[in-house]
Amino acid sequence: MYETIAFYLFSALTIVLFLITVMSKNVLYAMTALASGMVLISGFFFILGADFLGVVQLIVYVGAVMALYSFAMMFFDATRNIKEKNTPGMLVFLLGGLSALILVLMFAAPIQSEAVHALYPIHEGVGNAQDVGIVLFTKYLVPFEVAAVMLLVAMIAGIILAGKKMDQSLTEDIDADDEILTQKDAK
Amino acid sequence: MEVVTYTNVETFVQHLPEVTAAGVWIKAIIILAVISAVAGFGTYLERKVLAFMQRRLGPMHVGPYGLLQIIADGIKLFTKEDIVPQNANRLIFMLAPAITAATAFIALAAVPVFPNFTIPQWVPVLGGTFVPSIAADLNIGILFVLGMMAAGLYGPLLAGMAQANKWGIIGAARTAVQFLSYEVVTGLSILAPIMLVGSLSFVDFNAAQAGGISHWLIWQQPVAFILFLIAGFAETNRTPFDLLEHEAEVVSGYATEYSGMRWGMFFIGEYANMITISIIAAVVFLGGYSEEGIGWLTIILKVGFFFFLMLWIRAAWPHVRPDQLMWLCWKVLMPIAVINVVITGIVMMV
Repeated sequence: MYETIAFYLFSALTIVLFLITVMSKNVLYAMTALASGMVLISGFFFILGADFLGVVQLIVYVGAVMALYSFAMMFFDATRNIKEKNTPGMLVFLLGGLSALILVLMFAAPIQSEAVHALYPIHEGVGNAQDVGIVLFTKYLVPFEVAAVMLLVAMIAGIILAGKKMDQSLTEDIDADDEILTQKDAK
Repeated sequence: MEVVTYTNVETFVQHLPEVTAAGVWIKAIIILAVISAVAGFGTYLERKVLAFMQRRLGPMHVGPYGLLQIIADGIKLFTKEDIVPQNANRLIFMLAPAITAATAFIALAAVPVFPNFTIPQWVPVLGGTFVPSIAADLNIGILFVLGMMAAGLYGPLLAGMAQANKWGIIGAARTAVQFLSYEVVTGLSILAPIMLVGSLSFVDFNAAQAGGISHWLIWQQPVAFILFLIAGFAETNRTPFDLLEHEAEVVSGYATEYSGMRWGMFFIGEYANMITISIIAAVVFLGGYSEEGIGWLTIILKVGFFFFLMLWIRAAWPHVRPDQLMWLCWKVLMPIAVINVVITGIVMMV
């Protein structure tokens, strides 16, 4: 009973929040709606009894969206609306939404018809973390390790791209001031 | 070195009475009331302790020994005009303090606060209700509390970005920097004790250290304890790392444009977070509480010690610059934490 109410409440709120994320012209509204939507999604995991995944969703997306915020802070004035170059009409939005809905229905209908059942049900007396760990390190070991390698590659690439003049401190080095000035002049 | 791994401590909790919805409601109200009051009293304590350390008297005029200063401050906060600056984003500006306060109290739902007790039968209506020590006894309590406290940083971030003020936006940028720096250290430092105990539940941690002072995890994990404390100071914006609102640099940072009770909510949230971090440190590293006799006094003493430590360090240490914080977290603390986790793993396996 409570779970049903909570599920529909969370669903409605998540959809509304993500709509705001897409439709809003204000960076602050869009980012805040995104963050709250992510927090609400962790609510679904809690309803299902998957506490561990719920908390992981919370921690990972709180951090990730926080990093996004910092980019928004650098590029936009958060208190003003953004002037978008191309404003798509209502028709495009409706048709896009409808085709997405049809795609979801097409792929979801067969799954719905063959009665969904849990492949990895929760074991009584064993924590969520143990259950997730066992599946992660047996059946999904290879994808897990490949994902780890991919993250490592991305991290090294990021460091190389960003770290060209890392040995030079912008706050302490006097030469850096000249460099900032020349870069400003170049603009 | 022989490391004892603790598994199967489920029996510890099984003899307790059933937790009812009424019990959880009562517990939630107790936490809200007591922690809010303690947060108010905490400001008085902070001013007094700092004053004595700096050879001053602190608040002395309102009431005996300045004790009624809290009430004077409360009246001031409640009756001040609630100002929203002209160009600010009104909705987000008004929402931000509530995020800080709410997440701080949600985090407190999963930590043990006060002992289990049953309301005596002669009390009308509620007689016989069992009130648990942890309002929501999740079996992943530590992760939940850390996640909730991390979400609490959206308060300063949104406040700084919504207020159309340069100091505010610098405060918000520093919030993001600080969060991205310390979060890794918090997680990695507490991972080593979690590996030893084999559980994420506060009850299991408490049961694993039940055998007296020699069983405390601080003796097995001194490095993790110190790393966690440092990261905890960053998490609660206490002095060596109070970049977000350092008066000498950014006026008041994210809180520059706030007045009245909205400003007060930031502070209630900060003090509640200080208490949460103290409770985590006491339960995870210093043996926690015991249910018998005056066992609960010990955890109150431990929490009180950590609270005092935060004030002490505020009086004794200068604060660091943002780049020094990033240097400290990423280049010093994180490698130490990783090495600590690896060594713990090797010792456990051998």
